[in-house]
Amino acid sequence: MSRRTPAPELEADRGILSAFDRRRGGVRIGMTAVHVVLAVGLVVAGLGPILWLAKAAVTPTQDTIQQPLALFPNGIDWANLSQAWIDVQIDQYFLNTIVIAVGSWFMTLLVATTGGYTLSVLKPRYWKVLNGAVLATLFIPSVVLLVPLYLTVVRPVTGGSLLNNYFAVWLPAAANAFTILLVKRFFDSLPREVFEAARTDGAGPFRLFWSIVLPMSRPILGVVSVFAIIAALKDYLWPSLVLPDPRVQPLSVRLPAIQSQVELDVFLAALAISTIIPIVLFLVFQRVFLRSAGLGGAVKG
Amino acid sequence: MTRTPKRTPATWLRGGGLSTLVFALPMVLVFAVFSWSPIVQSFVMSLQKTNLITSEWVGLDNFVRVLSDPLLGTAVVNTLYFAALALVFGFPLPILLAVLMSEVRRGKGVYSALAYLPVIIPPVVAVLLWKFFYDASPTGVFNSVLGWAGIPPQPWLQAQATAMPSLVLEATWAAAGGSIIIYLAALLSVPPELYDAAEVDGASIWHKIWHVTLPQLRGVIFIMLILQVLATAQVFLEPFLFTGGGPNNATVTVLLLIYRYAFQNSLGGNYGEATALSVLLAIVLALLSFVYFKLTDKWSAS
Repeated sequence: MSRRTPAPELEADRGILSAFDRRRGGVRIGMTAVHVVLAVGLVVAGLGPILWLAKAAVTPTQDTIQQPLALFPNGIDWANLSQAWIDVQIDQYFLNTIVIAVGSWFMTLLVATTGGYTLSVLKPRYWKVLNGAVLATLFIPSVVLLVPLYLTVVRPVTGGSLLNNYFAVWLPAAANAFTILLVKRFFDSLPREVFEAARTDGAGPFRLFWSIVLPMSRPILGVVSVFAIIAALKDYLWPSLVLPDPRVQPLSVRLPAIQSQVELDVFLAALAISTIIPIVLFLVFQRVFLRSAGLGGAVKG
Repeated sequence: MTRTPKRTPATWLRGGGLSTLVFALPMVLVFAVFSWSPIVQSFVMSLQKTNLITSEWVGLDNFVRVLSDPLLGTAVVNTLYFAALALVFGFPLPILLAVLMSEVRRGKGVYSALAYLPVIIPPVVAVLLWKFFYDASPTGVFNSVLGWAGIPPQPWLQAQATAMPSLVLEATWAAAGGSIIIYLAALLSVPPELYDAAEVDGASIWHKIWHVTLPQLRGVIFIMLILQVLATAQVFLEPFLFTGGGPNNATVTVLLLIYRYAFQNSLGGNYGEATALSVLLAIVLALLSFVYFKLTDKWSAS
């Protein structure tokens, strides 16, 4: 199993093709063909559906149905967007989505950093047991949890149901062994001498955590944030079970329900609006996204 | 830290035991309530008849009833079919694309971003959008494209034969980008000296791919394979939103069956049977992963 972290300088080096290969006529033609195939294929498959959705969001229903691939045969219908935003109350669901994502992000980060700090830095006598108990949950398929978790939320030990309460989404999202593993591994790699120096200077565990460990951990906090927010934006099944009241549901849960209630052009506008948050996040934090995706593989490897 | 003093509550407190507990608490609480306890409960509940108020022990009744459900066979076959199609068509594609992308000199960043875009789209949006693309009329989006090539319109989601392949096509599109990024990262860690050495031995490009690149990726490929199998065995969203299990039960999967037992039951949630089936699925998947890792360990060693 390759656990080696790729050294960045290798990237500029060579791959399968040598400099000699690249000068050969056949290879040059081949690489040009590869470029064309990749460019066309990835634009069509990656960007195509999003561009089509953006177009359809401002196209009248009849045009979308009769000539789905024509570009505005009968003009643009901007009203779709405002209709979706106001009449279908996408604004409300949009806000709910943000509240769910931000809450899940905060809870995940809180549990992962304090938990990782306990397991990596404080290391109480019981840390190995705790570590094992957390890691063991990685091997349990999430399907096993679905029904008992649902019943936990419906009739919690504290009494009173957590249904329609955002904590029912936030807290299970934070019980994520994968993010704790990521954070713990990162904390493990921080230089112990810095901790010792801080302790000698009289820093207690809270100060060490807040002023030394967290500021040194920005890269991994970014990665965990991306994981947490994207997972929250993508989730459908769990929020649909524990948030039955439409007024508190996020976009992902509402969209299938409103499909039959609104006209197609407005529905497609609603779909388009739902892609805005993740796409903007991706464009702004592209590097963190792609690093997280690669890191996910490195840890799995 | 060399001497170990006698442990009393006072030394524990002075040694920072309390603050350690404060740091451990969020993790312990959240895991206890939302992870450890539900895991234990799932085994308990599979042996019980449960409604929201009372529970009674029924032994293996739930398992017997689940296993004698005539729909279970269909669901298992459908799930295997989904997994097999995803494996044959969806699994090699990201490896191929990643190898090609790693060889281009310019535009690698743009290509990665484009490939990753479908992963960013929330799955619900993607499925609902593709549901429209799959419109079976001749003016449907995909049927229009097929029409340019002179291919007659396809029924896509509406026929038993084409429904499942349609779900796999969308699922592959949605997941490929994530795998591509992982393979790209793994390709970076292939030592360039190996290619140099292969060239000294006169290896052609195909030889280098076959004898250097793929063997070097072996570990990642093994892991990605089992992860994909585990994920596809638990496929839910696509059949649930695209077809609801139809047409004529052609896309009912095991997870859809679990969901129906628990949450779409007109007689109230049948939580016992739902957990029994979940536990069965989990045991099968655990056995599968165990055998898989034993086998791949042997192959990796040899």
